[in-house]
Amino acid sequence: MSAPASDPRFESARRRFLQGAAALAAVTLAPGVTLLAPRAAGAAASDKVRWAMLIDTTKCDAGCDHCVTACRDENGWTGHDRARTDPHWIRKVDLRDRATGATHSLPVMCQHCETPPCVDVCPTGASFKRADGIVLVDKHICIGCRYCMMACPYKARSFVHEDVTGQKPHAPRGKGTVESCTFCVHRVDAGQQPACVVACAEKAGQGAMVFGDLNDPNSEIAKAAGRHVTNRIRADLGLNQGVLYHGL
Amino acid sequence: MIDTTSYSTIRGNSTEYFTLLGWLALMVLAGLGASWYMEHNGHWVTGMDNQVVWGTPHVFAVFLVVAASGALNVASIASVFGKTEYKPLSRLSALLALALLAGGLAVLVLDLGRPDRLIVAMTTYNFKSIFAWNIYLYTGFFAVVGVYLWLMMDRPLAKFSKGAGTFAFLWRLILTTGTGSIFGFLVARQAYDAAIMAPMFVILSFAYGMAFFLLVLLALYRWTGRPLGDFLVGRLRNLLRLFVAASFYFVLVYHLTNLYGTENHGVERFLLLDGGVITALFWVGQVLVGYLAPMALLYHPATRESRANVVLASILVVLGGVAQMYVTIVGGQAYPLNLFPGYEASSSFFDGAITAYAPSVPEIALGLSGVAMALAIVTVALKVLPFAAEDLSDARMDPNSAAKAE
Repeated sequence: MSAPASDPRFESARRRFLQGAAALAAVTLAPGVTLLAPRAAGAAASDKVRWAMLIDTTKCDAGCDHCVTACRDENGWTGHDRARTDPHWIRKVDLRDRATGATHSLPVMCQHCETPPCVDVCPTGASFKRADGIVLVDKHICIGCRYCMMACPYKARSFVHEDVTGQKPHAPRGKGTVESCTFCVHRVDAGQQPACVVACAEKAGQGAMVFGDLNDPNSEIAKAAGRHVTNRIRADLGLNQGVLYHGL
Repeated sequence: MIDTTSYSTIRGNSTEYFTLLGWLALMVLAGLGASWYMEHNGHWVTGMDNQVVWGTPHVFAVFLVVAASGALNVASIASVFGKTEYKPLSRLSALLALALLAGGLAVLVLDLGRPDRLIVAMTTYNFKSIFAWNIYLYTGFFAVVGVYLWLMMDRPLAKFSKGAGTFAFLWRLILTTGTGSIFGFLVARQAYDAAIMAPMFVILSFAYGMAFFLLVLLALYRWTGRPLGDFLVGRLRNLLRLFVAASFYFVLVYHLTNLYGTENHGVERFLLLDGGVITALFWVGQVLVGYLAPMALLYHPATRESRANVVLASILVVLGGVAQMYVTIVGGQAYPLNLFPGYEASSSFFDGAITAYAPSVPEIALGLSGVAMALAIVTVALKVLPFAAEDLSDARMDPNSAAKAE
């Protein structure tokens, strides 16, 4: 008889296995997709970790939106075919340089700022940042005032304008509250990569998105960030976001 | 100085009184219905969306909150600055301030995505949020002005009213600073992110509040047949025109400052030149109706002595004020965030696109219900407690009237 999933011996064995796998740090599942160290059940998020994403816009095709589709499927933020009010946790933005005419395409989502304006302005503290840098909305205390949406420089947040259906247990939503990209916190805590990163690597075959712990010098993202010139959107605001771009 | 003014409740038993109350009650009910409709269906039934997240309800709510602090000015002038001729107006001034704030806050709360969680907003705070400060400033305003009113109306305690009045005056300055800062601290939006927002809102509150106060005062004394002389009306008129001129000055400085930075030319061009409804509301609503017309009416010797023109100018200031809040709140959001300077951006989420916002009927109904609620509170309160002085005739108020008569 196999051990039930809740068996502590099994859990600790699983953790040891996953931690060991993460320690190898080179377990590549697909281009750019490595295993992460899972957060132990019950343990608080650690400020030793800085979850971050590096997006290589030179690998990002204008017509491709696998990251958007994967995010929608993973987190269940379906809309009602009403463009103005439907939610967008992640979107593809097409850019054209006014001077040269050069074009770029890139995904934009919550930038998981180190000093997030949405957290500053939220009257109830529903907008909050975890110790490991992930910015989230506590749906239980969000009163739907939308001040965070006014404050966010990246238009990263959506207000839930109507009834929600098909919710995922790991991504609760609520009419009248605000929501945004969670960096797939449920996956990250379980040692998995965010859904967009996996889709970019596996479905788009690009690996334009790298996710990991920026504080870990051996992580793929730290190495990539060291190799490339990276930018942050509106770096002039000094928000030190967790989403970095290369190629802009 | 001992206040010898006689105050009394209004009779409030005429058909006109109940008709007025009836209409106001209907408007309040319409607003409550609109709120229920918006909450039941979700906000997609309004004109607001993920681009313009604050719409018409916020236009009215912020206008009323700003006007509320300004309405207290008349009382402050009497208590804090010792201008005793304004003293008989202090109770009405404080009452109107409380009523306008209640109306504004009601609209703000009824527009929340989750108004049922008001208790969360009252018990769970993030003290870095200006919104959270404002919750304290607003509830504090009720308490501070409430105590001030009590000290004014309880004659044995009236000697303490100067201190309470000074405290209330400081409180209201901080409150309006907080309201302006809601916008001033938004670093990412080019139409906001300006320290001048806070003092500008303070000056705007002087004008909006005085206009509202004049309208209520003139209507009250006309409808109740109580004497109200030209001396006081002239004094208030002079203050109103000064406040309007000062508001105009602040708006000029705000736009000129923005225009100095080339990076802001896009948003200024949108607001001032090619923003469609927003541009029209700026030039016609805010500048012409809100500043130039009332200033002309109240400064020109041929028009300024007419009480009808004072009423007209006050109405224009109120309408101009609503237009100004619309331009500020909706215009500031309709212009897209500039995430990538130097690039033209486009996306399925309206990056780089100007949003065409149109207010919906429920939003307008909710916004107007705030005005109605404020006026209904004043109308009922005047019948319950003696807020209104019985005699504000020149013979009583004007220190020179006896000399003039000779």
